[in-house]
Amino acid sequence: MITLEHAYVATGLMFAAFSILSLRDPLNPTRFRSALFWGLIAVSLLFGSWLGGLGNGLLVIALVVIGAMGKLGVGKPVTTTGEQRQAGAARWRNALFVPALMVPLVAVGGTLLAKYTPAGAWLISPVQTTLISLGLGCVVALVVAMVWFRPPVMAPVQEGRRLMDSIGWAALLPQMLASLGAVFLAADVGQVVGDLVAQVIPMTSAFLAVFAYCAGMALFTIIMGNAFAAFPVMTAAIGLPIVVHQFGGDPSIVCAIGMLAGFCGTLMTPMAANFNVVPANLLELPDRNAPLNGVIRAQLPTAAIMLVANMLLMYFLAFRF
Amino acid sequence: MLVLIGIAVVVVGFVARINPLVVILVAAITTGVLAAVGPGVDARALLTAGIDTISRFGEAFNDNRYFHITWLVLPVIGLLEHAGLQERARDLVTQVKAATAGRLMLIYLIVRQATSALGLTSLGGHPQMVRPLIAPMAEGAAETEHGPLTNKARFRIRSMAAGTDNIGLFFGEDIFIAIGSIVLIVGFLEQAGVRVEALHVSLWAIPTAVVALLVHGARLLMFDRQVRRDMAVPDVVEDAEAGR
Repeated sequence: MITLEHAYVATGLMFAAFSILSLRDPLNPTRFRSALFWGLIAVSLLFGSWLGGLGNGLLVIALVVIGAMGKLGVGKPVTTTGEQRQAGAARWRNALFVPALMVPLVAVGGTLLAKYTPAGAWLISPVQTTLISLGLGCVVALVVAMVWFRPPVMAPVQEGRRLMDSIGWAALLPQMLASLGAVFLAADVGQVVGDLVAQVIPMTSAFLAVFAYCAGMALFTIIMGNAFAAFPVMTAAIGLPIVVHQFGGDPSIVCAIGMLAGFCGTLMTPMAANFNVVPANLLELPDRNAPLNGVIRAQLPTAAIMLVANMLLMYFLAFRF
Repeated sequence: MLVLIGIAVVVVGFVARINPLVVILVAAITTGVLAAVGPGVDARALLTAGIDTISRFGEAFNDNRYFHITWLVLPVIGLLEHAGLQERARDLVTQVKAATAGRLMLIYLIVRQATSALGLTSLGGHPQMVRPLIAPMAEGAAETEHGPLTNKARFRIRSMAAGTDNIGLFFGEDIFIAIGSIVLIVGFLEQAGVRVEALHVSLWAIPTAVVALLVHGARLLMFDRQVRRDMAVPDVVEDAEAGR
């Protein structure tokens, strides 16, 4: 059976390859630091389960120190020129889309097979099925692309390193923020914030209560970068006791729309690194390191309108159905 | 109340543009240590609290390694770019005369929202779809309409492509009953003694989804005008980073 651990091993080997190739790339201005950084991520993926809490904590500190010593350099892997790519586009035409589309199709297909067929359930572990299937899709698509287009053997690793270098240490942000969330949770930060919001906004009417709940969801999500972290806090502090129990809102409607109000916060914050910061790096935006980078600015108008819309929807629906 | 200083560290750190990795680690240790502060707690106990926090952080870091599995897509995408994928995506779009950056992203928004609502969230995403396909296609469409793009227009289009993927995902996925957020809502309410049906919760995500489609769809229809305005802004000096 393919489990999450197998996906970690595959990803770890990939990072180990990035590390070795970075070390051997004299054109990367920070090749030793880059090699160490990708190498430590490889160690975490391959051996993390055996390192224990403190071991992993020290590994994180090492990664942070390497990342903080300055920008990670961008290597110069062997790749194709613009003309060669134009020629490739003319030669392969739509065949180029096939492996690209195979990744999501295998990811979705694998997930469905594992859920609904015995053979699929035997093949793919039920824990984190989608991620395992996604990893599987990447491997299958890679094999197909290698056979079809016959590039140099090292091309996938070199090209992968080219993209990974353009992301740089931002690759670590989602994982770091999730870990910060765990520490916040253990220190009961959520409860304190929830009580604070409840004190600041006097909830004397149903509308004010809806306003406080939705605004609190968005605000706490902006701080934490994750609506899932905000939801239990705000719903326990305001949503359930006040909007639902005191003013009689329907719990399904209040919670469904409250969660979506939190998603508006996700669209506004650099703390939601995997949605807002990683793509800015991936698309090589010049302002990728600014707190309000291009991606967040593109989302802001929609997010602000949707936050107001969610408040109105909750107010007009929750007390009626 | 002391633990709120951890949040302050995050906010100040981000605004001061200190390396976020450092900010996060410092915020975590600050929070963990301050949570232990109380009457009769000596320096030794605070040191222990600091070490415990590092252990807890390390444990959570290890539990959250699954974010990295997404990077497995990079060798495939890189290889296809090597063979001319972005160029092909651009060429394909330039053949469609009616295509503009805004209209193309509107179609993507609808597809992304509809597939997410069916639980097919991994059909989109930034490494898999936006960088290799959607952004180059939108840039290609804008180039057919306006000629070679200025940097301002190019980066505006890329940002909008990334944002459209997020918006389609966020306001689509909650309609699917087996998604994480619905599971969380139902589980949380059950803990609190309120029983609700997952289907019922997910149905009430539909009104917001419709409004989101209308709001962001309208913005995308107006987007081409924005790009035209950006085309009037000439590139200043060739940005060393952007030109890489």
